Amino acid sequence: MADPVVVAALLLTAFMATAVVLTRDPACQAIVLSAYGLVLGILFVVLQAPDVAMSQAAVGTVVVPLIVILAIHAIRRHHIRSSGDGDAP
Amino acid sequence: MSHLAYLIPAWILLVGVYGIVTSRNLVHAVVCLSVAQSATYVLLLMIGYRRHATAPVFSDVKPTGNVVDPVVQALTLTDIVVGATVTALLLALTVQVAKRRGTVDPDRLRSLEP
Amino acid sequence: MSPRGRLIVFLFGGAGLAVLFVLATGHLPDFGGSWHPYGERTVSNALLRQTPNVVSSINFDQRAFDTLGEELILMASALAAVVVLRGVRAEQEEDAGAHAYGPAEVFDALRITGYLLLPVTLVAGVYIVAHGYLSPGGGFQGGIVLGSAIHLIYLAGDYPALARVRPVPMFESGEAVAAGVFVLLAVAVTGHVTAMNAAVGLEVGCAVVLVLARFFDQALLVRTSS
Repeated sequence: MADPVVVAALLLTAFMATAVVLTRDPACQAIVLSAYGLVLGILFVVLQAPDVAMSQAAVGTVVVPLIVILAIHAIRRHHIRSSGDGDAP
Repeated sequence: MSHLAYLIPAWILLVGVYGIVTSRNLVHAVVCLSVAQSATYVLLLMIGYRRHATAPVFSDVKPTGNVVDPVVQALTLTDIVVGATVTALLLALTVQVAKRRGTVDPDRLRSLEP
Repeated sequence: MSPRGRLIVFLFGGAGLAVLFVLATGHLPDFGGSWHPYGERTVSNALLRQTPNVVSSINFDQRAFDTLGEELILMASALAAVVVLRGVRAEQEEDAGAHAYGPAEVFDALRITGYLLLPVTLVAGVYIVAHGYLSPGGGFQGGIVLGSAIHLIYLAGDYPALARVRPVPMFESGEAVAAGVFVLLAVAVTGHVTAMNAAVGLEVGCAVVLVLARFFDQALLVRTSS
């Protein structure tokens, strides 16, 4: 891949990682995490690693955000009062 | 430029650890840990990259020597799947903490006993 | 320690780590450089063993013991997640039938898409597992695809439908048998990439389904009975 494409993919990955961390509400963070998984998959394709990209796209966009959302729902279900952002029961 | 490119995984790692340090919700902290883990995948694949080379799969092309390093890809590939199950274990622990202690705020979970 | 104190300690630690990292990357080979001695040897070995996908050859043939270790880590952490979420005396689980809702409550487009995509995704998952030695893919990727494909039934239908389709004891036995077969293959019969791909695919798929089943139970069914 041409150098500008690699550099652009790396910068996009760094930007998305910052976005995931700065999203404080866990439910919103799960969606941003899914987008970050997709961006990582694109980076891995640009770095000529199709096996790794396939693994990352399957895991990072589907499995981990699903588990995060189920965990958030389970926590809220038990009427937890926590002082995290946007976590009202 | 070539050594500046290696700073991207360092940034991702530090951003992930910053997220854990300043987190006010354990689920947010677990997701930031997952982001910090992804920095290692990026660094491994960047070390294995070779300019103007192709993927190490020869199903449809003639085998050549000009491929990126497949060893780091093999390491990263299993690492991603195992990292997801460890994240699942951490989230299971978080759910149990929430049920037992009533909160997922790390600052309110200072002691072992409620 | 107060949050501000923590942040200040982190800033010092992070700055130190950044300095060490910059010093260390000075000694790394150039990004995109052409010095990969280990990689070149593995490529020629994979071609000798008739496996066009070099990454699969490394995972299941040349460095199979590493993959054995990773596989056992995966099984152990999936098992641990399932055990941590077990029901305790103070809780009871509602019947899955209490969460049935009629077909009219799901959008028609979602239902049709889910029903159409489910067989396609399952076949794609089996294809990815079976062709792991030939094209990008293999046990890990195909297993994840298979494990998450089943949950399209939950999207297109409701939770009782999903509970009917995945009897948990069958998946538990499947995971255990697949892990045992993989250990045997890695230790006794080395180098049979397709068989190891199949064992890993079954194991990873069952592990994903089991962990998600526990999380679904916690999110939908379990409640404290006090």
